[in-house]
Amino acid sequence: MNEWVFKIIFISIIFGLSLFIAMYSTYAERKLAAFLQDRLGPNRAGPFGLLQPLADGVKLFFKEEFIPKASDRWLFIMGPGLFMITALMTSAVIPFAPDLVLNGQTYSMQAADLNVGILYIFGVVSLGVYGVLVGGWASNNKFSLLGAIRAASQNISYELAMGLSIVALVMVTSTLSLRDIVDQQHGWHWNIIYQPFGFLIFIICAFAETNRAPFDLPECETELVGGYHTEFSSMKLGFYLFAEYINVFVSSAVLATLYFGGYQFPFISDMEPGMAKTILGACVMFGKIFFFIFLFIWIRWTLPRFRYDQLMNLGWKVLIPLSVLNILLTGAFILFKI
Amino acid sequence: MNFSERIYLPAVFKGMAITLSHLFRKKATIQYPEQQRPMSQVFRGLHILKRDEKGAERCTACGLCALACPAEAITMTAAERTPDNKQFYREEKYASVYEINMLRCIFCGLCEEACPKAAIFLQNDVMAPASYEREDFIYGKDRLVEPFLQN
Repeated sequence: MNEWVFKIIFISIIFGLSLFIAMYSTYAERKLAAFLQDRLGPNRAGPFGLLQPLADGVKLFFKEEFIPKASDRWLFIMGPGLFMITALMTSAVIPFAPDLVLNGQTYSMQAADLNVGILYIFGVVSLGVYGVLVGGWASNNKFSLLGAIRAASQNISYELAMGLSIVALVMVTSTLSLRDIVDQQHGWHWNIIYQPFGFLIFIICAFAETNRAPFDLPECETELVGGYHTEFSSMKLGFYLFAEYINVFVSSAVLATLYFGGYQFPFISDMEPGMAKTILGACVMFGKIFFFIFLFIWIRWTLPRFRYDQLMNLGWKVLIPLSVLNILLTGAFILFKI
Repeated sequence: MNFSERIYLPAVFKGMAITLSHLFRKKATIQYPEQQRPMSQVFRGLHILKRDEKGAERCTACGLCALACPAEAITMTAAERTPDNKQFYREEKYASVYEINMLRCIFCGLCEEACPKAAIFLQNDVMAPASYEREDFIYGKDRLVEPFLQN
């Protein structure tokens, strides 16, 4: 098979898979929320309510689409699209499985093996703020704008700590390529063992970056109506909500890749490269991803939402100094080879 | 606050353990239309006009229930029994029309208490059903009188 043909097929699969997982994350979210609250959750559409995401999607498409008269029409339409695009772009550099060797030809299970993979993720994720900000600003609504500003400042604050926690990780791995980082974590040499502190900071920042509870401040019903997406209706709102779930999926994938060994599992090096190894590796990877999606949902239904000043305090006065401390400690460990 | 309280994480993990334990707990949900919870013994639901042991209507249209009704939901017209419908009614007088407006009724049970003939009761296992039409809430004898006992 031509490499380009393979790449196009692979990218389409990853694209479809992200959408599919995001779709069923909404179902998992509702179902788990219900279970954690001693309820049953959606169970009418199809067996166990499995068709509920489809019903929700159909509902969103058929809802009335409303664009405020005083809004900036083009930006208003662009906002959700931008958010969706940036959410989908991130999965490009994540290695989902070990290389597939078929008939002597090697196929990489990664859309693009950039040697600056981490930087790429950070670049794209920080662009995601534009989707929120553009949408909130274009609505021409004070509350939407306030919500958007809150979202933007939150994302920027937490990105700093996130970046700093990654610096420590990069010091350990001495590479920016996600594939190399995964390959280094063979056996049980998962980065969580070497960077537990950095992992903690990273996961807190990941929660804040995906705008999920306890950091879901952009959408405080009580103070800001719906936050930045107050004026959005129909599938444009759907895009915002949907992209959030794609972000959760991608964050889970990044977490699994950076700290939990990605597709690595014990004894993987004993296996011959081939179909079985690739499929097994992919299963391990997706198992880890689903665990993190579960964690995201679990925490959302456990912790109450932060107050805004507490959020800013945590970001700037706690997480950034801690991640700097983490860098210093990591540096000392590497320097003195403890 | 001491150190472990100030970093919040122990409390966070404790909270997560609590929510996780709820994941496996028995759910309190009742699947309503298919599965119904038994009503309380003292629940006051839909009215019923009882018959006596011979199958004749107990109501004699004395009007005490209508008088006792604080919401004035009950209206009735009395009629005199004739020889050819003698077996249907217990005494000389009977209600030819007996209507309860369920939109006015407050299900207080005073009609039940006022009735000297033990003719009207509020059932504890039937609720007045919902409807889209106001007219459907005026219950005549066709919907109030107890069906014939099957012996």
